[in-house]
Amino acid sequence: MTDLQRLIQRNRLSRRGFTAGAAALAASPLLARFASAQTPITFEEGAEEELEIFSWWTTGGESAGLDQLFAAFSAGSPDVTIINAAVAGGAGSNAQIALQNRLSGGQPPDSWQSHHGKELFSLYVDPGYAEPINALWEEQGWLDAFPQGLIDQVTLDGNIYLVPVGIHRGNVMFYNKHVLADNGIEIGDSLSVDDFFAAADTLKAAGVAAVGLGDKDTFAAPQFFENTLLGALGPESYLALWAGELGWDSAEVTAAIETFARALDYLNEDHAALTWDGAMDAVIEGRAAFTSMGDWAWGHVVSKGVEDQIGYVTHPGSEGGFVTVVDGFTLPMNAPHPVNARNWLRAVGSKEAQEVFGPYKGCIPARTDIDASLFEGYFSWSIDALASVASVTSLAHGSSASPQLRQAIFDATIPFVVDRNVEAYQQALVMAAEDDV
Amino acid sequence: MAVSSLETGAPVEPKRSRFRLSEKWLAPLLLAPSLIALFVFVYGFIGFTFWVSLSNWRSATRDLSLRDPIWTVYERLFQMPRFQADLRNIVVYTILFLLVTVVIGLGLAIVLDQQFAGKPFFRFVFLFPYALSFIVTGVAWRWIFNPEIGLNLLFEQLGLNRVLGWFGMGPFKPGWLTNPTVVGDMRTWFPGMDGLFAQMGIPLAMIPVTIAAVWQLSGFAMAMYLAGLGTIPMEVREAAQLDGASTMQMYRQVILPLLKPVTVSVLIILTHVSLKIFDLIYAMSGSGPGFATDVPGIFVFEQTFRATRYDLGAAASIVMLVLVAFVIVPYLARSVKEL
Repeated sequence: MTDLQRLIQRNRLSRRGFTAGAAALAASPLLARFASAQTPITFEEGAEEELEIFSWWTTGGESAGLDQLFAAFSAGSPDVTIINAAVAGGAGSNAQIALQNRLSGGQPPDSWQSHHGKELFSLYVDPGYAEPINALWEEQGWLDAFPQGLIDQVTLDGNIYLVPVGIHRGNVMFYNKHVLADNGIEIGDSLSVDDFFAAADTLKAAGVAAVGLGDKDTFAAPQFFENTLLGALGPESYLALWAGELGWDSAEVTAAIETFARALDYLNEDHAALTWDGAMDAVIEGRAAFTSMGDWAWGHVVSKGVEDQIGYVTHPGSEGGFVTVVDGFTLPMNAPHPVNARNWLRAVGSKEAQEVFGPYKGCIPARTDIDASLFEGYFSWSIDALASVASVTSLAHGSSASPQLRQAIFDATIPFVVDRNVEAYQQALVMAAEDDV
Repeated sequence: MAVSSLETGAPVEPKRSRFRLSEKWLAPLLLAPSLIALFVFVYGFIGFTFWVSLSNWRSATRDLSLRDPIWTVYERLFQMPRFQADLRNIVVYTILFLLVTVVIGLGLAIVLDQQFAGKPFFRFVFLFPYALSFIVTGVAWRWIFNPEIGLNLLFEQLGLNRVLGWFGMGPFKPGWLTNPTVVGDMRTWFPGMDGLFAQMGIPLAMIPVTIAAVWQLSGFAMAMYLAGLGTIPMEVREAAQLDGASTMQMYRQVILPLLKPVTVSVLIILTHVSLKIFDLIYAMSGSGPGFATDVPGIFVFEQTFRATRYDLGAAASIVMLVLVAFVIVPYLARSVKEL
């Protein structure tokens, strides 16, 4: 065996490793459930030797969540060696590039992570890299277990291409409770646009940056914009906009851009130097009062142990919508190990796997039939919201628009943060939508 | 015939002619593999890139059919405010970087050309940054120019802001890489530039990037100039001194003109490094606030691989190639003439 082979061998996750890991984790009450329940999922016979899984889950909670999914698979296929082909990089920025290279070169992994919606369709379905999995959905009874809105967003021309695993909410406004209390600001169950700007003015007068933004990462400003759009348009018009039924040149969009421009007046000074977690830190430390971010930021709050100091509410005006950021897994055309690949999807789509995955990854399960009593605090708030308000897609996280349109909107938004030229911005958005194929 | 030559003891004619034959073919034969590789992997792919830029390949699905009208993507490219800003940034960066690097490189070389103790040590110290990767330089300088902790903290600790306060001035706390300001606007001077979307001035965030690049490459310029200085014979300097030239005069009127070929080489090499810059900026500031530090290299990377706009990425690559060709082709033409 060469050194390289030995290195690869060492990095493969063996079944023994998993059993040991699972035993250690069984100490936590939540996981005891999984370990004792064993898997009730019936796997297909004829497993091959290996299973290669591609994702961008490499940091703390993410990789711990992935390990839970591996454990769920190994419970049913104990002799299979799992190869973790994860590539680091936020929101899959590097991983998606590496994956495109592999797919276009005809070397697919056995399954890869994808968001739902347009990203799934343009990057993987249209070029013919992903195989429809309708049969698997019917066999597992998933059609009744997942929300219909979500099923629609993983279906193209009647074919289903993804097994959703977890859902993040994109339109959450986190705030520092102490900073708001010191300035006499109270936040109810929801936050209207007017109340937000009233609070922002009070904070500005007190010398506190109302809005913490970290736009060194290019997705942060576009995400702020999409949340503002949702707040201004409401979920129906918001979806109509992405479906091409509402024009980017409409007066509603102009109003949303003006609100966005107004909110940018309250930014933290060092926004261009920070990434989203830096902006969350600014809120935690009280240098900024609010930050609009997806709920992975809540995971950051939990990791710092300051849950009691940070409050959450929907982005101003957007309480009627739930911006879904869905992670799921695909079945490739010509999977190297097709039986294992299908068994992997059976495992990650199962109720048991999703119940343990969520708390580690900091998201809520994609299935609706999970035991809600397992989730508390922020997550139970999020589960209730998903069940009661309209699910909408996300631009910043790939599901609303093709990668081409997404990039074009990013390219228009980044200068807007600096120049706040409403007319030029709207013009650029109209052009971007026209240019989209 | 060969046999009879051997019998008579005459020189072996046929053998020599066979040798001559192989000698005639030897050079092309040895060059062929690299020539073929060169044509396929360099010119072939340049051609392919150009084709892609004219094609309909605008998604993850490959489509090499030609677009109608064929130049659409170039038209769109030059209309894009981001690409206009990129071209502005790369020109500003290249000019600043070349000027400062050449001046510092030449200065260091002249100082190190004097006789003093520890000369080899300093030569090593100044050349050392050149051995680092741009990524390392970028990450290190990103921290130095961080507005909260880097240089600004040093100024604060040195009491600079307190001194400024005595004179009734605000604290000196530049945003460095996070400063989106663009100084000046050529659009107001040249009426033909009205149609441009990006403000045509000097993006201030580009200055820290230039400083990092100068830090890394002025050692290289110094090494080139030192080699050049080494080739100037002592007699020339002695002759200048005998003619009563001061040191200043000797450098300005004798040595600098003799270093002209070195300057040309340094400029050419640095220009094409500068026009293709990607890794340093990507590690240091990325696209920057309002694309203040975005360059064509980052544009190509993002459009091609993030947005899967292969046509747009290829078109921007061709524009970069043309920019570099503007510099390299005259240089090559000159070298060929000199041969």
